[in-house]
Amino acid sequence: MYNFDFVKPATVDEAVKALADDEAQALGGGQTLIPTLKQRLASPSKLVSLTGIAEMKGVSKQGDTVVIGGGTTHRTVAEEAASAYPGLADLAGRIGDPAVRNRGTIGGSLANNDPSACYPAAALGSGATIVTNSREIAADDYFQGMFTTALEEGEIITEVRFPIPKKSAYAKIAQPASRFPLVAVFVAQYADGVRVAVTGASNNGVFRWSEAEAALSGNFAADALDGLTVASDDMIGDLHGTAAYRAHLVGVMAKRAVAAAS
Amino acid sequence: MPKDGGIGASSKRREDIRFLTGAGNYTDDINLRGQAYVFFLRSDIAHGTINNIDTSAAEGMPGVVKIFTAEDFAGVGGMPCGWQVTDKHGEVMQEPGHPILATGKVRHVGEPIAAVVAETLGQARDAAEAIDVDITELPAVIDMKDALKTDAPKVHDDLKNNLCYDWGFVEENKAAVEEAFQKAAHVTTLELRNNRLVANPMEPRVAVGDFARGTGEHTLYTTSQNPHVIRLLMGAFVLGIPEHKLRVVAPDVGGGFGTKIFHYQEEAFVTFAAKACNRPVKWTSSRSEAFMSDAHGRDHVTTIQLALDADNNFTALRTDTYANMGAYLSTFAPSVPTWLHGTLMAGNYKTPLIYVNVKAVFTNTVPVDAYRGAGRPEATFQLERVIDKAAIELGVDAIELRRQNFITEFPYATPVAVEYDTGDYFATMDKLTEIADLAGFEARRKESEARGKLRGLGVNCYIEACGIAPSNLVGQLGARAGLYESATVRVNATGGLVVMTGSHSHGQGHETAFPQVIAEMIGIDESMIEIVHGDTANTPMGMGTYGSRSIAVGGSAMVRATEKIIAKAKKIASHLLEASESDIELKDGAFSVAGTDKSVAWGDVTLAAYVPHNYPLEDIEPGLEETAFYDPSNFTYPSGAYACEVEVDRDTGQVTIERFSAADDFGNIINPMIVSGQVHGGIAQGIGQALLENCAYDENGQLLSASYMDYAMPRAYDMPFFSVDHSCQTPCTHNPLGVKGCGEAGAIGSPPAVVGAVVDALRSAGKDVTHVDMPLSPSRVWAAMQ
Repeated sequence: MYNFDFVKPATVDEAVKALADDEAQALGGGQTLIPTLKQRLASPSKLVSLTGIAEMKGVSKQGDTVVIGGGTTHRTVAEEAASAYPGLADLAGRIGDPAVRNRGTIGGSLANNDPSACYPAAALGSGATIVTNSREIAADDYFQGMFTTALEEGEIITEVRFPIPKKSAYAKIAQPASRFPLVAVFVAQYADGVRVAVTGASNNGVFRWSEAEAALSGNFAADALDGLTVASDDMIGDLHGTAAYRAHLVGVMAKRAVAAAS
Repeated sequence: MPKDGGIGASSKRREDIRFLTGAGNYTDDINLRGQAYVFFLRSDIAHGTINNIDTSAAEGMPGVVKIFTAEDFAGVGGMPCGWQVTDKHGEVMQEPGHPILATGKVRHVGEPIAAVVAETLGQARDAAEAIDVDITELPAVIDMKDALKTDAPKVHDDLKNNLCYDWGFVEENKAAVEEAFQKAAHVTTLELRNNRLVANPMEPRVAVGDFARGTGEHTLYTTSQNPHVIRLLMGAFVLGIPEHKLRVVAPDVGGGFGTKIFHYQEEAFVTFAAKACNRPVKWTSSRSEAFMSDAHGRDHVTTIQLALDADNNFTALRTDTYANMGAYLSTFAPSVPTWLHGTLMAGNYKTPLIYVNVKAVFTNTVPVDAYRGAGRPEATFQLERVIDKAAIELGVDAIELRRQNFITEFPYATPVAVEYDTGDYFATMDKLTEIADLAGFEARRKESEARGKLRGLGVNCYIEACGIAPSNLVGQLGARAGLYESATVRVNATGGLVVMTGSHSHGQGHETAFPQVIAEMIGIDESMIEIVHGDTANTPMGMGTYGSRSIAVGGSAMVRATEKIIAKAKKIASHLLEASESDIELKDGAFSVAGTDKSVAWGDVTLAAYVPHNYPLEDIEPGLEETAFYDPSNFTYPSGAYACEVEVDRDTGQVTIERFSAADDFGNIINPMIVSGQVHGGIAQGIGQALLENCAYDENGQLLSASYMDYAMPRAYDMPFFSVDHSCQTPCTHNPLGVKGCGEAGAIGSPPAVVGAVVDALRSAGKDVTHVDMPLSPSRVWAAMQ
């Protein structure tokens, strides 16, 4: 990697100031950024580690919402959200491997918005609110395509608020090499309807499958999805699966998520 | 009761103590005083003309010691190829030059263009980025059949075309094979691809060059399976260094799988650069570099046809294969699709007529060479798959079809030049039937179906030729090397032994298994014997480890040397015991006079050899050290039968391996635990090839599977518990241990079993599928169901 300065602020305010420099880059758990740096594909002048900010860590239940600090690791979410929001905890507990889960953070994952990441499906599928140092962003407004979000330069995800659904589940089929989702679907049933978010499949990143949401809102059962298909036009086609295969898997994973929802 | 030592004992691997506790000495652990680091600037273009390389901006950058380009190597040879194949017209193969650094053109992504030696790796890399390389991109040839079209761009402008050779085997059989096909009652045809693989040893390649100015001696530390071969090739053909001034050390090496057999540019570079810079130069491959610079494996496209008579006897076999050589000929590349492949096409069957055609093709891809099994997996895969397909077409049981055609008499001369000394294919199939509980399969299938899963069973046989090989034979076949093995047994005064072997251990367990043989011969404890390998300075000239040859060839050399030791020790004992030499018996580490209670201990004899006060100096020399070179009279022919059971998810196409059983005949076994471990590892790699691994290029020659994000390595999670058995033993008749070798069997026998099982599962759901190309990714299996 190239040389860079490294700072590790203790508060969000300090981090925001540090990130005001040109070419400064926030560093969460480093699960994407560190490999990128090692390959010399990025050359920030300064890395601002967010791992020393105590106020950005932890899981708490506030009424009918689970609030997760942006710097909280996947492992912590898997353990501490298990009773309040088991579908979310299960998703976090199946990201990567133990090393990834002990370092990677929810804020890092959502800020990166990899089209094959797991957390975007939970956030979009829960209608979560992404809270930053300066504002609150609804998930429906936050995800803006592959690796693209509503975040401004230097903006930090301080916490994510997940409304707790009645039932939820995450069904994933792993890409054989990376074990990222080849296609994964997060389903959450709320009093006012069902949300279905799909990751891994689309060239446009995570998306809501509105036809499925409508069908499941009327009848929350796997067979309510019978006959529903997604178009393969915008699906990812690569070494690991054709666009048609991914489109097919969206239906399969959605049904499995509904069947598994609790 | 299991033995607690010697031949047949499951002695625990002594080397694992250092490997598992971080006390090993891998090549990257070697750091020499004053060493500099090299970074190779590699081509990111598959095919292009180099117009100019401007290093001026890089020269003055911090820490730069020296920057090398092709011009610096004008006075040295290129990378040699160790095997020359003669084609079906009697002409030798087209053999392109293979420079250390790209000269005039780049021919694959990853080819080194320039090398920067600097104080630190980071500085070398910084400077490499400042080198301005002006390349005019040319159209790349990636697909082998495209490469053979008359208007295809040429990988090498000085060759006639992209065809390395067009090999026919056995050419004299061709007409008879054609005739047999005309008369056949049934012909089964199968087209398939044997997917390109990247070996991915856990330890990437490393090379450290050193030059002693005071003595003029060069030393290369390298991750090699055969340090003497590297010394000979690099010294004689590349750099012109006499062997007595060149030492090659391959210390603990973390896995090879074939890809560390070959002589690579980086080895020659660091050796050359150490002298040019007058300081040690070190290179450690990154994993990314390994993907684009380690020789790849497999990559055959084949059409195979099997002819049967009305009674389902195999009457003839013919096969047409396109074998990818990549952009240059790696050290042993030409031998893999020919002599290591065509000679195995008879398999376990008495097919009387066989014709093999292989077209070896240059493409703008990384060179392809031997990978665990090397030619034999490709032969086994196509043969066993076409038999499965024939059974489907004929509506007969695939196992019975095999049994009906098994070779029954040994020795058996195949129509493809080799003679199997021993084997019993019914025995291994019977054993497999038992350990795999084939009788219980239908019940297990019903249970799977009750859970909504498809279940399939794949069963196949394999044969391989190991213990490569008789030197005079391989010389006739085009090898530019001998293939003996060597051992020096040095007995110390106090009775301990040091065995210096030309075999190399990079995970096989030689340090444990070899002493078991000598301990058995002398009757002493294994702990009295130490194995030394991997350093040309202290081992006799040896050919190294590949082709499952170490125990069969290296072990035999060790036996021969030990026999000489015992013969001399008996002379010493006869003197000490004042008895006739012919009456001396060696048992349990003591020499005794037959029929008496007079004896002398091993240690007393060895001490006498080095303190020869009471010693027959007039008849024999002091000391107790012997060397033997063993050249085998034939290959060995391990064989076996494998069974795989899979479940297939109807909705996703995901395959899980539920059961895997292997019944192997390796002849005599030295250490059953190590043999089981070798089979486990081989099966894991075979399952990796069958389900996961796929080295893919796009049409421009960019490597799509260039990291673990896209190249799927098998994980423990992907494996079932294996059931392996090696109790069927038909000992090899022509080596002193009766051993055959076990290193590659698992990787050879398992891929067709996995594919057969998946095809069987799909057919159980009424799908008209006879073959699916590897790897059987969920996407491909799902597509096959549509």
